[in-house]
Amino acid sequence: MTHLLLRHRDIAAIDRLDVYQTNGGLQAFKKAVTQMKPQEVTDMVKASGLRGRGGAGFPTGVKWSFIPNNIWPHYLVANADESEPGTFKDREIMESNPFQFLEGVAIAAYANGANAAYIYLRGEFWQVAARLDEKIADLEKAGFLGGTLFGTEYSLHIFTHLGAGAYICGEETALLESIEGKRGMPRIRPPFPAVYGLYGKPTVVNNVETLTNIPLIVEKGAEWFKSLGTADSAGVKIFSLSGHINKPGNYELPFGTTYRELIYTYGGGVTDGRPVKAIMSAGASSAMIVADDKALDTPMDYASVRGLGADLGSASVIVINDSVDLDWVINKTIHFFKHESCGKCTPCREGCYWMMNVIESIERGEKVKENTELLHSIAKEMQNKCLCPLGEFATMAVTTAIERFPADFIASEKGGSHG
Amino acid sequence: MSLADKYSQEVDKILAKYPPEQKRSAVMPLLYLAQREQGFITKSALEDIAQMLDITSTEVAEIVGFYTLYHDKKAGRYRMQVCTDLPCALRGADKFLEQLCSNLGIQVGGTTADGMITLEAVTCLAGCDRAPMFQVQSADGLAYHENMTVDKTMELVETLRKSGKEVKE
Repeated sequence: MTHLLLRHRDIAAIDRLDVYQTNGGLQAFKKAVTQMKPQEVTDMVKASGLRGRGGAGFPTGVKWSFIPNNIWPHYLVANADESEPGTFKDREIMESNPFQFLEGVAIAAYANGANAAYIYLRGEFWQVAARLDEKIADLEKAGFLGGTLFGTEYSLHIFTHLGAGAYICGEETALLESIEGKRGMPRIRPPFPAVYGLYGKPTVVNNVETLTNIPLIVEKGAEWFKSLGTADSAGVKIFSLSGHINKPGNYELPFGTTYRELIYTYGGGVTDGRPVKAIMSAGASSAMIVADDKALDTPMDYASVRGLGADLGSASVIVINDSVDLDWVINKTIHFFKHESCGKCTPCREGCYWMMNVIESIERGEKVKENTELLHSIAKEMQNKCLCPLGEFATMAVTTAIERFPADFIASEKGGSHG
Repeated sequence: MSLADKYSQEVDKILAKYPPEQKRSAVMPLLYLAQREQGFITKSALEDIAQMLDITSTEVAEIVGFYTLYHDKKAGRYRMQVCTDLPCALRGADKFLEQLCSNLGIQVGGTTADGMITLEAVTCLAGCDRAPMFQVQSADGLAYHENMTVDKTMELVETLRKSGKEVKE
């Protein structure tokens, strides 16, 4: 299959502006600005069925349609914070197919009436940001960014902004706080960013992969886009495959591909030829899926994965074989969320802290049965009480590991090999 | 010399990214600039930045405290930050880190006697498919090193030690 998002795998040097243009690049942006009204672009994206690729899966065109036209200026923000353990797709797009992403930013900015766009990259993407700055300069030099674009009155500037190591800044209101020069703590909503976003102005925040789809939709149309994928999940998706897998990496596949195909056909099978024990479908935030035949044959789309008691999320698939116990796995995820909890709301701040203490007791073999029950109840108490999704995410693996893999939480089984 | 004087061109470039009435947004890039000097944020840098942005030095300090890539204490010239999160751990990151500790003769969080390498364990760096992996943070910025082995890492350590010494002299 020819790649639509990871086009650099088919076309050499597509990270050069001339090569990108030779392959049709920037025609969609030109078409949008010169032939379409902003509203028409939004309607087209709405009709395509594109859903946000950052994890929430919210319809992109609908998100854009919330932007009011009586408050100005508007901002477009690209969420390139990519910090979910198991996710590394946006990085590959920005590193290797940067112009398609930047064109997506430009079209989205035009559709939303924004003359300034910010790309918020996690601080660790220092080198990626430096390269994007060069690409932005190339676009400015060639007249694709700046004032009076394509002879119209539309102007656009794109800026990169580096975070500095905080998972929470992937949450869109925390991200906005961070650009404003504050600690990255989520805002209480409503108001939502569409009305009160960056600097208190209407703002659209979209994920990198989401935006990279936009030039294709404008170029080839909503119907074409809908014809890819499944009924509730249009288009293709980049699956980041990691963990106990022979060929980890990014795989761009149509929605509806099964876990079995991803793991065995594309991923080359499981490390050491062992059976898959559990699948995390959405990185460390994921519920734990029991990897039985039913799960392996489940098509990866938003609705089907939900049927397994999990979420498609950002489609970062972590494969876990039978060489590890799930208590060890959730020890890892709990420590992650304890570290990344911003501390603003009590259920998450205290909950993560106590989950960490209790799982450490379990790992030491102390009162395993009682502590497992306690851990489960702490996680349950946190659910639906946190200010932002981070606190909820922290509990997903914990409750489902205990419920779905009870044998891994039996005292006599402790002390086995891990990792 | 204050940061504003020493790096006036870069400071202007940073400030130009944000609306003039929103210059507080420049606090993060300015902190990166300040950190270039000694690998951590000094008290005078805090005050310089606060003055440039019309905010208090406490407001700058809370940014340093919140984000993990800013440091308020001196460490080794190169901070070697190994990801030990779940996907990397499933590919042996914990053992890799342990072996680095014993090869360098330090513990996690420790610094080598020559002051060159500080070894740290960090959360996900979006390099899960190329574990074991780490980043090296230094005055020159950040660089990723992926699909690493202990041998390859120790070779890198020697290279860093050499270039670190050259900078010192």
